[in-house]
Amino acid sequence: MANIKPRVRIPRKAKAGEVVEIKSLIEHKMETGQRKGKDGNKIPRKIINRFECKFEGDLVFASDWHPAISANPYLAFHMRAEKTGEFEFKWIEDGGAEYVKKAKMTVS
Amino acid sequence: MGKTPSKLILAGCLALTACFAGKAFAADKKWGQYQVEDRRSGYTFAAPETRAMQDDNFQNPGMLWAEIGEELWEKTEGEAGKACASCHNGPETMKGVAVSYPKYVAEKKNLENLEQRINRCRTDNMKAKPWKYESKELLGMTVFVRNQSLGMPMNVKVDGEYAPFFEKGKAFYEQRRGQLDLACKHCHEDFEGGQLRANILSQGQGNGFPVYRLKWSGVGSLHRRFRGCNKQVRSKPYGYGSDEYLALELYVMWRGRGLPVETPAVRN
Ligand code: HEC
Ligand code: HEC
Repeated sequence: MANIKPRVRIPRKAKAGEVVEIKSLIEHKMETGQRKGKDGNKIPRKIINRFECKFEGDLVFASDWHPAISANPYLAFHMRAEKTGEFEFKWIEDGGAEYVKKAKMTVS
Repeated sequence: MGKTPSKLILAGCLALTACFAGKAFAADKKWGQYQVEDRRSGYTFAAPETRAMQDDNFQNPGMLWAEIGEELWEKTEGEAGKACASCHNGPETMKGVAVSYPKYVAEKKNLENLEQRINRCRTDNMKAKPWKYESKELLGMTVFVRNQSLGMPMNVKVDGEYAPFFEKGKAFYEQRRGQLDLACKHCHEDFEGGQLRANILSQGQGNGFPVYRLKWSGVGSLHRRFRGCNKQVRSKPYGYGSDEYLALELYVMWRGRGLPVETPAVRN
């Protein structure tokens, strides 16, 4: 798929102190580097090797990914909502390309 | 490798697992809408994690294809200067459409599946190029249109003009083929619930197609699955959209009558 689309789902509103679930999914082949193409040569590795989530600039979640992670990887985690602000989700690909998605959450 | 040993090994493996893990063990489970009489969706054979992926629209990677379809629905293409939405309005007008495909088309004197119906709208009504079978556009639109009927019971016609196609599809289903000399029926009826290598054999239902297959890391059509199942017994696959597969599609959809449309289902 030519264009790589990241998706996130967060609650748009939350109560202070509430534990909210953050879901993310990115459309990506996660080419392992182990497969051979039709010409018999190895297809070069191209995976998302790191995922980061920042809230108002502070890193709240990060993980390093390896070739065994499935295509179109889905990741969910929980965090405590404390204040209103903006999330920045970032997927970093081999070779340095970055895919970014932002989303706001209002906390009352 | 000789032909006979592999055939024997497979037959032996099927026979063994069928003895130990035949139909009995799963029959008393309640599967809600996913089971109608003795007809069970592939959902009921899937691992719990796979089912959870399907149940959550967000987690279901097949929904990425539905989004492709959603975007294309509004896109003007072709010499007539139209988009799907110009004639069909919102996608909700497609609700209930999927359940009766494949359908008989008098002008063609043949069946037509949903992929082909969508492409006929492109060529005849939009004066645009048809999308290729298995392209992300055709898969995306097919997923999007079928998804409008999510949960509705499948209900294809098999009488009248449909009867000869139904008979042809049934004959295909029961015909032994390939070096392994197995019919669809052997795996999906006689050995349902048995284990074949890493897979649990389901009834081979079509209600979730196009499905997101973990093995494919993507969405594929029912005809792609037919081709895979043909190749699996080392028989020559037929073409996408071929008459053979259209008749087979009708028969397979009839086998699953009453099961809910699950598109995009998730399977391993
Ligand atoms: C110029 C008008 C026009 C455009 C544009 C058009 N269609 Fe159609 N479509 C029709 C007509 C007319 C029918 C036949 C209606 C009927 O059978 O009730 C039809 C039928 C269909 C059906 C079958 C409905 C059924 O009940 O079986 C599907 C599915 C469909 N169109 C999908 C699409 C898609 C997807 C697009 C865009 C790629 C599209 N159409 C573009 C006019 C159009
Ligand atoms: C050698 C055994 C074997 C034969 C013969 C076979 N299949 Fe399959 N089929 C499988 C396996 C294994 C799977 C994947 C697990 C499952 O769903 O059963 C599968 C899956 C399917 C599925 C997908 C089910 C779902 O819920 O996603 C369909 C549809 C299907 N087969 C149809 C057919 C048809 C039609 C034929 C005859 C042309 C056929 N199969 C012949 C082994 C077989």
